[in-house]
Amino acid sequence: MKHLLAVVVLIVIVTLAVGFLLNPENLLPTLASEEGAFVDQLFSLYAFVIAFFFALIVVILLYSTIVFRRKKGDDKPGANVHGNSVLEIVWTVIPLGIVLFFAGLGAVYLKDTLKAEPDEMIVEVTASQWSWRFRYPEFGISSTELNLLNGRQVLFVFESTDVIHSFWVPEFRLKQDVVPGITTTLRLKPTLPGSYKVRCAELCGLNHAYMLAEVTVMEQAEFDAWVASEIDSGALGPPDRGAKLAGLNGCLACHSTDGTRSVGPSWRGLFGSEEILEDGSVVLVDEAYLLESILDPNLQVVEGYRPDLMPKVYGDTLSQEEIQDLIAYIRSLEN
Amino acid sequence: MTVLSLGIVRGLAGQLIGSALGIGVSVAVRVAMGLPLEVKEGAIVVGILVGAMGFMIGVGALTDWSKWMLGIETPLRLGPPEGKPSWTRYFGVDYSHKIIGIQYGVTSMVLLFLAGLLALTFRVELTTPGLQFLDNHTYNTIMSTHGIAMIAAMLVGVGAMANYLTPLMIGTSDMVFPRLNAFGFWINVPAALLIGTSMYVGGWDTGWTAYAPLSVNAPLGMQFVLLGVFLIGLSSILGSINVIVTVLHRRTPGMHFFRMPIFVWSVLATSIIAFSATQLIGLSFLMVSAERALGMTFFSPVLSPGAVAVGSPAGQVLLFQNLFWFYSHPAVYVFILPGLGIISELLPVFSRKPLFGYKWVALSSMAIALMGFFVWGHHMFTSGMLEGLRIPFMVTTMLIAVPTGVKFFSWIATLWGGKISLQTPMLFVLGAISIFLIGGLTGPPNGVSVSDLFLHDTYYIVGHFHAAMFGGFIFPFIAAIYYWFPKITGRMYDEGLGKLHFWLMTPGFWLQSLAMARVGLLGMRRRIADWDPGLGIETGQLMITIAGFAIGISMLIFLANLIISAVRGRVASPNPWQSRSPEFQIPSPIPEHSYAQPPVITGEPYDYAEPDSVYVSMSPASSAAD
Repeated sequence: MKHLLAVVVLIVIVTLAVGFLLNPENLLPTLASEEGAFVDQLFSLYAFVIAFFFALIVVILLYSTIVFRRKKGDDKPGANVHGNSVLEIVWTVIPLGIVLFFAGLGAVYLKDTLKAEPDEMIVEVTASQWSWRFRYPEFGISSTELNLLNGRQVLFVFESTDVIHSFWVPEFRLKQDVVPGITTTLRLKPTLPGSYKVRCAELCGLNHAYMLAEVTVMEQAEFDAWVASEIDSGALGPPDRGAKLAGLNGCLACHSTDGTRSVGPSWRGLFGSEEILEDGSVVLVDEAYLLESILDPNLQVVEGYRPDLMPKVYGDTLSQEEIQDLIAYIRSLEN
Repeated sequence: MTVLSLGIVRGLAGQLIGSALGIGVSVAVRVAMGLPLEVKEGAIVVGILVGAMGFMIGVGALTDWSKWMLGIETPLRLGPPEGKPSWTRYFGVDYSHKIIGIQYGVTSMVLLFLAGLLALTFRVELTTPGLQFLDNHTYNTIMSTHGIAMIAAMLVGVGAMANYLTPLMIGTSDMVFPRLNAFGFWINVPAALLIGTSMYVGGWDTGWTAYAPLSVNAPLGMQFVLLGVFLIGLSSILGSINVIVTVLHRRTPGMHFFRMPIFVWSVLATSIIAFSATQLIGLSFLMVSAERALGMTFFSPVLSPGAVAVGSPAGQVLLFQNLFWFYSHPAVYVFILPGLGIISELLPVFSRKPLFGYKWVALSSMAIALMGFFVWGHHMFTSGMLEGLRIPFMVTTMLIAVPTGVKFFSWIATLWGGKISLQTPMLFVLGAISIFLIGGLTGPPNGVSVSDLFLHDTYYIVGHFHAAMFGGFIFPFIAAIYYWFPKITGRMYDEGLGKLHFWLMTPGFWLQSLAMARVGLLGMRRRIADWDPGLGIETGQLMITIAGFAIGISMLIFLANLIISAVRGRVASPNPWQSRSPEFQIPSPIPEHSYAQPPVITGEPYDYAEPDSVYVSMSPASSAAD
């Protein structure tokens, strides 16, 4: 009896200690979405259940190994207990009840995270190796940054141009894979103004680690001003249009504009330079070479870079004028 | 004796010749058809497959069967080879389940160490933000290879325990199909070589899950991994058939099902899964291989120009994940069921007390094996699968916690009131329980789909999975090696080194698991070469790396202990643990034919508290003079 009492007391103490340690406020990043709150609620429920089962097993295990340790020279066997059907039923039925409770609660919460509000804003998200683009059909604008309005629910509609990616902002909690060939969706209502990051959560190849995008949750005035400035950018000159296109088409995921070497050659100082190709020949980077490399990147690959990485789709997805804008932008980065 | 008399050398030569032949013939056919001289991926696939066949022919795993086809009878050759030193048995085809078990075990350890070395390499890289000495592609390659090599190490390790222990524990002298057993082991060797080679032929960057369409576009190394895993899967299927038939047909008189050592139950459950689910991963990897090499469209939604021309329909991305996880979730139970079986097997011995609720523990393995088939969708909660389907998969997943809980409760009830002694095998059993507990308790938050939408693909999952695998398989595997070491070598391992190994590895693993879960909750994603210093996870990352090195060093101590003790250890008595199991009633090391006469089972296996009860009656010819 005294062993049982000691164990019960220890289990209570350890449960409380571990339970408070597992408080989600200590464990999770800031919460910034309404739907994400369900995750935090679940975590606060998990804390004491996990703590209890942890305490139960660890306390009995450690207590037994210390108290029931065989003394030197003691050859007597342990207690002759083969089992106990009542205990077996208890420790089958109680965990069964607990897991069914959590499964039920999980189902209810899952339904709640899918609830649509009448004034939701649609944002179409396109993911490519290794960049994110966001289109706002309501305003007719596109951006490489995700700006959201505090307190207005967003319906994200995801498409991928190549492999599977996954849209995840830790502060918003919920994530959704972005799958080529199918359209996936996710609803989130931002609740805390601030700066966050989209972090691609599904391994998507070479530069997966760096597939990030800036997220800003704004109040109405700031958001309106941003939308207005984006609409104005239609009147830009060719290099500035090209700069925007470079972001929106994912070019900058592999080509830096500051001279650092990345997946592809940097655009800084590229125009007018002479590059050595894989076969040892030298090519002058002019408008013709750039045009050819955009349309069919594998034809003349610069030495030290991997072929087959750059998509061969820009002849279809970009207009001739847009390609000329891009070349104008690259030209503007001449040293 | 020449080097060529070693089967493995002939096998390697056969693999080289076969690979060259396969590639050569494929290229020759191309040229004959008037196409330019080029080595396409299709030719390399042919080379890989013919190379694997070349290995099996060279090593001699097909010799007996080929002779049978020609009507030549080949008696089962047992015992040391004639005219060769007996150590050569381990390097060629041998039909003794004990030799094959050791071959599996050593192969598993080699893979384990290589995979661990890869892990330490990228953990150094991940200790601080920024890229230190790896580039993205190298990181992706070694991270992916670490994963698949560990999976292979565990599958082969399961083969080691199943093959060595099953016949001994059911009181028989060998597996039912010894030639199939040898074939099943040897096919792992060319497969493991393919996985190792993958890093040097362009690498690959998909993680061990090889999700399409990334795997369809990955560099050439991918192809080596796909086919290597396919061959290891073949080994797993063949091995499990052998185990099932042996357990059903070769039990010694008196050993009915509920008198089998509990480990045999777990091996039977594992074999049922491996026998009926492995085909699905083999299929999915073969389909990716064919999609890459032959341009067939199964998974890619974007058609190749050739496929457009013949009006082929687009592929289904999620199909791959369904096929893959239908095996790969149950595969987790293929690893952990034998591990949990070892825990249940050793606890009564070191507690001098019956296993609490034997039938419940036995049947919980079967329950886990069966339920494991209905949970694969929980890997796809974020995948874009039908929204409502997430609910039934959540329920089935959560239900697995129930039979797993039965095991935990039975273990601590076995300890309660025992006479516990803490030799190294027992320490590792207790360490296994504590680490599997971390794996078990971090599991349900992933099972509830809403919280999984947060946790999926983070380092939290990495922590959960590693704790489940180490607690559920690696720790018990180590316990088993220490425990049966005297039966295998006839010598005792060094207890001091064993304890040092334990006290470095177990706290190291706790630290690693908790730090992994912690950084994951703060936003660290899995499978990234570089992380954002803004997440506030510097301490956690440093802890994981330090813990990783503690584990690595402890494993070197383990290795040293095994090698030194096998040569110079104290000579072991037949039954150093006073075990009731049949294999401890015969001499150490176990003789060639194990049991001179089949032992007769007359009682319950775990009646440690009743000194007069008899489990195994040995004929005097078999038993060890104690």
